[in-house]
Amino acid sequence: MIRPDSQRRDHFKDAVYPSPFHARQNEHNQKREWSRWSDYLSVPAYWCADMEYFAGRNACGVFDITPMVKHRVSGPDALPYMQRLATRDVSKIKPGRVGYTVWCDDHGQVIDDGTIFHLEEGVYRICSQEHQLDWFMTNTLGFDVTVREETHDVAGLALQGPTSCAVLKDMGLAGVEKLTPFGMTWFDFEGRRLMVSRTGFTGDLGYELWIDPGHAELLWDRLFEAGQLRGIRAMGSAALDMLRIEAGFILAGQDFLPAMQAVRAGHTRSPFELGLGWLVSFDKGVFNGRAALLEEQARGSRFRLVKLDIDGNKPARDSFVFTRDKKYAGTVTSAMWSPSAKASIALASLEMPHGEPGEELLVEIYYRRELKWNRVMAPARVVKDVFWDPPRKRQTPPGDF
Amino acid sequence: MSQMDSVIVVGAGHNGLVCAAYLARAGRKVTVLEAAGQVGGMAATREFAPGFKASCAHLLYLLDQDIRKELALDAHGLSLAANGMKTIALDAGGEHLTIGPDRVTGPGVSEADQAGYREYRRFMAKFAAVIGKLHNQLPPRITQERGDLLALGQLALKIRLLGRDDMREFLRIAGINIYDVLQENFDNPLLKGALSLDAVLGTNSGPRSNNSVFTALHRLSGNNGGGKAGVLALPAGGLGTVTEALAAAARKAGAEIRTGCPVERILLDGGRVAGVRLAGGEELRAATVVSNADPRTTILDLLGARHVEAGFAKRISNFRSRGNAAKLHLALDALPDFRGLSAAQLGERLVIAPTLEYVERAFNHSKYGEYSTMPVAEIVIPTVRDPSLAPSGKHVLSAVVQFAPRTLKSGWNEGKGAFTGVIFDLLAAYAPDIREKTLATELLTPEDLEREFRVTGGHWHHGELALDQFLMMRPAPKSAQYRMPVDGLWLCGAGTHPGGGVMGCAGRNAARAVLGA
Repeated sequence: MIRPDSQRRDHFKDAVYPSPFHARQNEHNQKREWSRWSDYLSVPAYWCADMEYFAGRNACGVFDITPMVKHRVSGPDALPYMQRLATRDVSKIKPGRVGYTVWCDDHGQVIDDGTIFHLEEGVYRICSQEHQLDWFMTNTLGFDVTVREETHDVAGLALQGPTSCAVLKDMGLAGVEKLTPFGMTWFDFEGRRLMVSRTGFTGDLGYELWIDPGHAELLWDRLFEAGQLRGIRAMGSAALDMLRIEAGFILAGQDFLPAMQAVRAGHTRSPFELGLGWLVSFDKGVFNGRAALLEEQARGSRFRLVKLDIDGNKPARDSFVFTRDKKYAGTVTSAMWSPSAKASIALASLEMPHGEPGEELLVEIYYRRELKWNRVMAPARVVKDVFWDPPRKRQTPPGDF
Repeated sequence: MSQMDSVIVVGAGHNGLVCAAYLARAGRKVTVLEAAGQVGGMAATREFAPGFKASCAHLLYLLDQDIRKELALDAHGLSLAANGMKTIALDAGGEHLTIGPDRVTGPGVSEADQAGYREYRRFMAKFAAVIGKLHNQLPPRITQERGDLLALGQLALKIRLLGRDDMREFLRIAGINIYDVLQENFDNPLLKGALSLDAVLGTNSGPRSNNSVFTALHRLSGNNGGGKAGVLALPAGGLGTVTEALAAAARKAGAEIRTGCPVERILLDGGRVAGVRLAGGEELRAATVVSNADPRTTILDLLGARHVEAGFAKRISNFRSRGNAAKLHLALDALPDFRGLSAAQLGERLVIAPTLEYVERAFNHSKYGEYSTMPVAEIVIPTVRDPSLAPSGKHVLSAVVQFAPRTLKSGWNEGKGAFTGVIFDLLAAYAPDIREKTLATELLTPEDLEREFRVTGGHWHHGELALDQFLMMRPAPKSAQYRMPVDGLWLCGAGTHPGGGVMGCAGRNAARAVLGA
């Protein structure tokens, strides 16, 4: 198998790598379809996106997260470095804990979002959607830190869904049920360290497993052996996308344009404009975007990211959003028919002052029925709560489903 | 007086002193902290050999005459030993050209060159005045705010008021290189060579480098009270007299000036400036710190890059500030015999820049980390006009020698001796007895200038003077109005608008900005 190796002289010829789980993914991939996620081959759907989605909600689904971009930050100034980089107060993420954050440029516009894993005192792993090495290196000026990309050194699997905890226990990870949300711990796995974090992108009970790529296939095998009677299934990116929209999680490149990719002014978003003001900590000292965000706070934001509950059952993909008197209000960024909420739902970016919870809007939906295009102006309203937020997500120890 | 009114000025270069004087006059409690044992920085007169004195900056051509009047510098000891000095373009065969503000004299100067020179001076002076008008204002920012839009509008209007033909010419040449412009206007190779030197002195560029016309214009842009553009003067006692007078004016206004106090750190409290810590550990509190140090030293070393946002830190670290000029001081037993020059002519400004191609070739070496094997030089023998700088009957030769890159491939430890030899060979081609007349030699490479005067890259202007580092881009967008992104921290040195040369405008503009805040 081709392995990512940037030391190899002709490494650039490999535009995309098979994941360390590739052989197993290949066995499960009945549709024989592959997509690309970052540097790796990924599976959009193994056999049926909807059924994979239901595995994630009613049993458990296994999703390969190796392609996520990973960086390790270490050195005496690791914490001050992280504080200046991220908008949130990283000092509150204790060793063994994980935190979600965004990071901004000097204009207070979001470059990317991701998770910070405080691996041990002063050593952090940042997982992100986009490649960040250039920006992270730029940020090292004046800090005694080492930043290393370790995307290819760690294989990752997300195990998401109500039976996930039980499967891990059956696999022999005694005590995994004690993990609280955003906690992590380590197990011995065939002589290797297996890191398990109670994190995920589905808004449900779930875990992420991190292992040396050489042990990837073995981990997959053990997981599926243990999960056989608990409905475990391989899950593709289409199912994951459904799960994350229900959970109200945003995706870089979908719900916001990463600031480093923007060409035109006004196309990027600040944390406030993504509903992530809670991640901005002004009292921790300087961080990238602080001055601009303070100014935005005083002046007011331009946009608001909202959740829409739309009448009817037609997914409102790529739709315009209007006020009830048909004035432009914004656009939908993600949309789906939610099987769990039994509703047509969407995330939308609206121009201020629109987007107060309860606001009544119209969504212009185009859909095709037997090759004929139809258009509907569907009434919609702004809702405050996410569409999927089960108590089991927070429960510790989780129930034995 | 409360700590809120206290201002610490880091560095007693001319801009720091100007800034301190204006702040003190406005009632602020000002303390100037200078690392060296004397004020003045690169514009201090220092003894480089027993009884022989020189200042690194050796000619005065940009000093703002309003500042001179407002701070009563003449009453504080400033007097000129020479004013309106001519430039003599040296020729190895003794066929020198004498270049005055209105005409060129010497062998081989054609009628066309003479006419070309008058026209060149006319438009260069006129264009320089457009730039000069900007020196005393905060650079407009690119915002939608009234003041900024108005300032930009005024600039556009000034350019439009040049008239159709001159406006077109201004826009055509302001960004291009001096080589092309001189080729268009002149035939005489020596004249072209000498004029091109004005475009590259103190910069990291050759005549063919882009916007070298701009640096030539900048040299002519000073407010000299209605005199001819770029008039060269020699203060009695060297440039140190200017900075001593500034220091006296600042003290009279109430500023305290402490020398031998290197600032090690700018202190913060709750994200805003709280004072400074000196190398000895002493801490001084003040809510306002104005730094005369260059932008990189100020932000990256004294403050620390971590205290500003990453994009800004990157811009500051990318501020181009690679010095490429060395400074030579010779203690002379007697006046050297420059072939074809009278003793009185040695009191003018002498330049070695025989042709445009010669100057460009001299620059080539520096691109690859080497010094010029055939350098160019601007030579002043100040003691012809001002005997106070040397023991009776003896002389000082002060020369800017280019090109000498900040980082020499072989290292300056090794290169300095060899480069000194190169310079003596160069001088000997014009003044064969230079070696016999020399009693002592001091050569300051950019590395020496950086160490001695704490200027990044040893760069005269604290950073390349070029269009991309001028006005609202100096030192970086959004920080060009002297205010740094940390509350209470300001810049006032040559790394800010309108740049270097002993002018003083940056210091005064910074003081106005601080007072207006």
